Amino acid sequence: MGVEGIGQSVVRKEDKRFITGKGKYTDDIKLQGLTQAHFVRSPHAHARIKSIDTSAAKAMPGVVAVLTGSELVGDKIGNLICGWMVHSKDGSPMKMGAFPAMANETVRWVGQAVAVVIAETKNLARDAAEAVVVDYEELQAVVDVREAVKPGAPQLHPEAANNTIYQWSIGDQSATDAAIAGAAHVVTMDIMNNRLVPNPMEPRSAVAQYDSADDHLTLWTTSQNPHVARLLLSAFYNIAPENKLRVIAPDVGGGFGAKIYVYPEEIVCLWAARKIDRPVKWTADRSEAFLTDAHGRDHVSKAELAFDADHKIIGLRVHTYANFGAYMSLFSSSVPTYLYATLLSGQYNIPNIYCEVDGVYTNTVPVDAYRGAGRPEAAFLIERLMETAARQFGMSPADLRRKNFITQFPHQTPVIMTYDTGDFNASLDAAMKAIDYAGFPARKAASAAKGKLRGIGISCYIEACGIAPSKAVGSLGAGVGLWESAEVRVNPVGTVEVLTGSHSHGQGHETTFAQLISTRLGVGIDTVQIIHGDTDKVQFGMGTYGSRSGAVGMSAILKAVEKVEAKARKIAAHLMEAAEGDIVIEGGEVKVAGTDKKMPWALVALAAYTGHNLPDGMEPGLKEGAFYDPTNFTFPAGSYIAEVEIDPDTGKTTVCNFTAADDFGNLMNPMIVEGQVHGGIAQGIGQALLEGTVYTGDGQLLTASYMDYAMPRADDLPSFDIHHTCTPCPGNPLGIKGCGEAGAIGSPPAIINAITDALGHNHIEMPATPDRVWHAIHSRMAAE
Amino acid sequence: MTTVSMTVNGKTVSADVEDRTLLVSFLRETLGLTGTHVGCDTSQCGACVVHIDGRAVKSCTTLAVQAAGTAVTTIEGLSSGGELHPVQAAFRDNHGLQCGFCTPGMIMTSVDIINRHGAHLDEATVRHELEGNICRCTGYHNIVKSVLDAAGRMTTSAAAE
Amino acid sequence: MYSTSYHKAASVAEAESLLAGASDGKYLAGGQTLIPTMKQRLAAPTDLVDLTKIPGLAGVEVSGNTVKIGAATRHYDVASSASVKSAIPALAALASGIGDPAVRYQGTIGGSLANNDPSADYPAAVLALGATIHTNKRAISADDYFQGMFTTALEDSEIITAVSFPVPAKAAYVKFPNPASRYALAGVFVAKLADGSVRVAVTGVGESGVFRASAIEAALAANWSADSAGSIAISPEGVLSDIHGSADYRANLVSVLAKRAVAAAG
Repeated sequence: MGVEGIGQSVVRKEDKRFITGKGKYTDDIKLQGLTQAHFVRSPHAHARIKSIDTSAAKAMPGVVAVLTGSELVGDKIGNLICGWMVHSKDGSPMKMGAFPAMANETVRWVGQAVAVVIAETKNLARDAAEAVVVDYEELQAVVDVREAVKPGAPQLHPEAANNTIYQWSIGDQSATDAAIAGAAHVVTMDIMNNRLVPNPMEPRSAVAQYDSADDHLTLWTTSQNPHVARLLLSAFYNIAPENKLRVIAPDVGGGFGAKIYVYPEEIVCLWAARKIDRPVKWTADRSEAFLTDAHGRDHVSKAELAFDADHKIIGLRVHTYANFGAYMSLFSSSVPTYLYATLLSGQYNIPNIYCEVDGVYTNTVPVDAYRGAGRPEAAFLIERLMETAARQFGMSPADLRRKNFITQFPHQTPVIMTYDTGDFNASLDAAMKAIDYAGFPARKAASAAKGKLRGIGISCYIEACGIAPSKAVGSLGAGVGLWESAEVRVNPVGTVEVLTGSHSHGQGHETTFAQLISTRLGVGIDTVQIIHGDTDKVQFGMGTYGSRSGAVGMSAILKAVEKVEAKARKIAAHLMEAAEGDIVIEGGEVKVAGTDKKMPWALVALAAYTGHNLPDGMEPGLKEGAFYDPTNFTFPAGSYIAEVEIDPDTGKTTVCNFTAADDFGNLMNPMIVEGQVHGGIAQGIGQALLEGTVYTGDGQLLTASYMDYAMPRADDLPSFDIHHTCTPCPGNPLGIKGCGEAGAIGSPPAIINAITDALGHNHIEMPATPDRVWHAIHSRMAAE
Repeated sequence: MTTVSMTVNGKTVSADVEDRTLLVSFLRETLGLTGTHVGCDTSQCGACVVHIDGRAVKSCTTLAVQAAGTAVTTIEGLSSGGELHPVQAAFRDNHGLQCGFCTPGMIMTSVDIINRHGAHLDEATVRHELEGNICRCTGYHNIVKSVLDAAGRMTTSAAAE
Repeated sequence: MYSTSYHKAASVAEAESLLAGASDGKYLAGGQTLIPTMKQRLAAPTDLVDLTKIPGLAGVEVSGNTVKIGAATRHYDVASSASVKSAIPALAALASGIGDPAVRYQGTIGGSLANNDPSADYPAAVLALGATIHTNKRAISADDYFQGMFTTALEDSEIITAVSFPVPAKAAYVKFPNPASRYALAGVFVAKLADGSVRVAVTGVGESGVFRASAIEAALAANWSADSAGSIAISPEGVLSDIHGSADYRANLVSVLAKRAVAAAG
């Protein structure tokens, strides 16, 4: 097989097992003596637990154990933590309420675990769970952030007065206030970013096994970052020391952020497996996933964008309430602060920005990072403001954007970020050309002739990903570094194993990472094995989220393979009696430049392992490791344009055309990159049109299944028109930028801008359901 | 408990199961055929689709006892002799999958769609016919491409026979 | 799912006696609603009596001006039946839009009607066409059959055996699906019967389940035209309201869909 290198749309190596039903997901694991766990969950959003009677459940058929929160606390299992310290503007630390894996005193959301039944089968565990009697004293609940911060609102945690976790700010308040006070035009908007449920198709699952002879635990789990999970389980949750705990994340069926965190269920399965000395499995059903997977977004903001008389932006002031749910999830504090407000400058030259964020507890599912995490909220806010401003000024939305684009790089924004490179005009040009922007009026007229409303909407997003420089995030409060590790092992026959701290749950690492090796060593991708997701095999790594596996994970692999090449060159120079500087590795051969001397790659590898004839003092073997810490975020940016048609009689919106022009720098595998964009756009359209998370006032989740939470289906979406522009990223050796989240970041404002364009309204909430759109049309007609 | 017998992927199988056992549990837990997945509990996601007597149905919404005496085909039984089924090959070639979790159900549904529509498939029909299968990764773009490609391959090979 | 005992009935009589012998039994047809409901532990029958294997209970028969569909006939088989397509194309089209393809292979007309979900499609066809529900005990007219949400004229052990639809002069069904569940957020079946009378049935909208839209019927009887149907405003009084559609929105949909259905019926 020839080299299948960087830049080629190589068909994925991992697909064979998935298309033949041979994937190995956590719930597929079967162990001798396996028991099944079923959790007893709170039906109340806020209540005090008066007592739990497990006696009847314990007497049910097949029950092995019934365990409660107080036993967990008694065994000194640690509370769940938020690992990113954020301080309020007054300097005080964030207010983190105690979050036990099973509640022992108070429940704070519907679905919080209070006890677990472990039985011989899933059905028997569930049967017995119904026999656990929990006596609750119901308390008043609050679900809306604006209500939660009012005096007299129900209080969730004694640590957090007014349910406020922090009142954080960024930017120069007085300069921004002054800019706005002196502005020629100020556009003011109330902007909501709707709460979403991530919904990877594989529900979360955990299998815990205890080996009493070695006092060793193994956890198979649906995780995006098994090493971080092991660290947390060891250092904070008191499950076992790291050398006595192996965490394996096998095939994982999608994550989108929801599988970054260690959840209560994993802690309980491990704790219980040791207690009963039998393996324990738990797999969520979808209803449980809705009630327990960390939700995303949920911001309520007020934003003011100020312009001078020439329509140049002079200031942006934002106040955001971020709903955290009932407890602080693992990275929750960073999402509405450093992953959000630092991107409020968008693609624009904005001299003054000031943003305040209030983090607020409510009696809802904890909220954390979901695809994009903070950046979709920022992009939505700035792109809605820009579109609305253009309409107020009677300007073309494209022209207003171009007038304010950043064109010089690097560019320091007033909110921490230094954009390294980009060409925003190029992507806007590409998108406008692709969608035939100029031809829109004719298409609108054709729609009008059919009685339909047509609209077009632009969104020019930028995001920061490839997270992240450890020193930078450390200075901002992160509890971990965000480098990545890699190890490249060349076997004696020349085949290669790459061990990576990145984790693939759909991203295709087994292919793209092999493409990198193939390019560098000139070997076929089928001779390269990518190994990940097992703490016993791979050294500590940080995992996959924040579009970091390419920019950070692959850069670590590149660093390791460069070390391998250096050693191989030394060996080859020695064997062929040539100068090391003349050795070239290409096409599966190691050659001496300018001569016909060469030897196969496999023989160099073999020589490294026989050790018969190595340079003096060289250690045998051909295996190198590396840690790569990026110097900056990467800044993918692009322009998305959506064209919608609305049926005014039913309010139904159809997305007719969707064009994306993204700048991801260099592309490793265009086919896979486009796949990431497709998926991201679908989730973004889902947010804009379909996906709403609705709670009743007393904290019952109404959208707790696919009967009520509208997942995008094939017939809700068009085919997407994807284009690329390229400014290579100067921050990593491969010149690549993250591509995993862009689609979800750029698309919601494009859709809403298109709908509001069609309606001639400046406002509609997401999701823009047929009911909402119809009301928007008819309330306007009534007003006229 | 009832003794349930059926043909699964061409082999006769028989087991004693509780009457409340779903077909998907019978396949995954009793027979160890874990290629069929469970993605929801309201019969909407389609990760569990298998063929019963040639019809694509949701094995999470069928009791094992109801399927007694039938012939069931799962993703593991779709191809034979080491060669991929044209739909499997088309999903791979068109990047019609990412995490792979919905894929078995998608493929089993797609085979049924092509069986019913043959060469008359167009994009709108494929999108409509995939209503009962949810994917969170691909945005369906490449799934639709895969089904259309597979329909072409299947009708071409049928015409050649 | 709670523990349950499954029984396969070989005849209608056996089904009835199996149910009589159960402490809290239920008939099982296609199971596309009952099984998910049991999985969520919202129903807990001690026994399930499977009706779908009873010989003769499935199939389509057209004689004269009547299409008779066996109760255990799957939605797919109704949708793809050449005789239904030619006699009452609106009925075949309705069946082709129930649930999704996998659901249509399993779900049955009898099961749908016995359940009488307020958002189901079949009740609209049965009521608008003035069909007759045949059971093992009697024949029930559509007007007598539907008695409110999930409520019908069926007695506890009574089994639907078939449904007879008179072939109309014109008919069409248009639904607007719920974006999440894909059940009808609103669905309107309009029919001009062979005798010239007009019947219009609405599903997904009424707090008491499927109902006849008498104002639209009157307008269409006077003037069979899309505009005539669309001109009737429906009061939001008694109309379902939930997170997917408010009462005024659903009421609007009834007028819009009625208009479109008449246009489709021709």
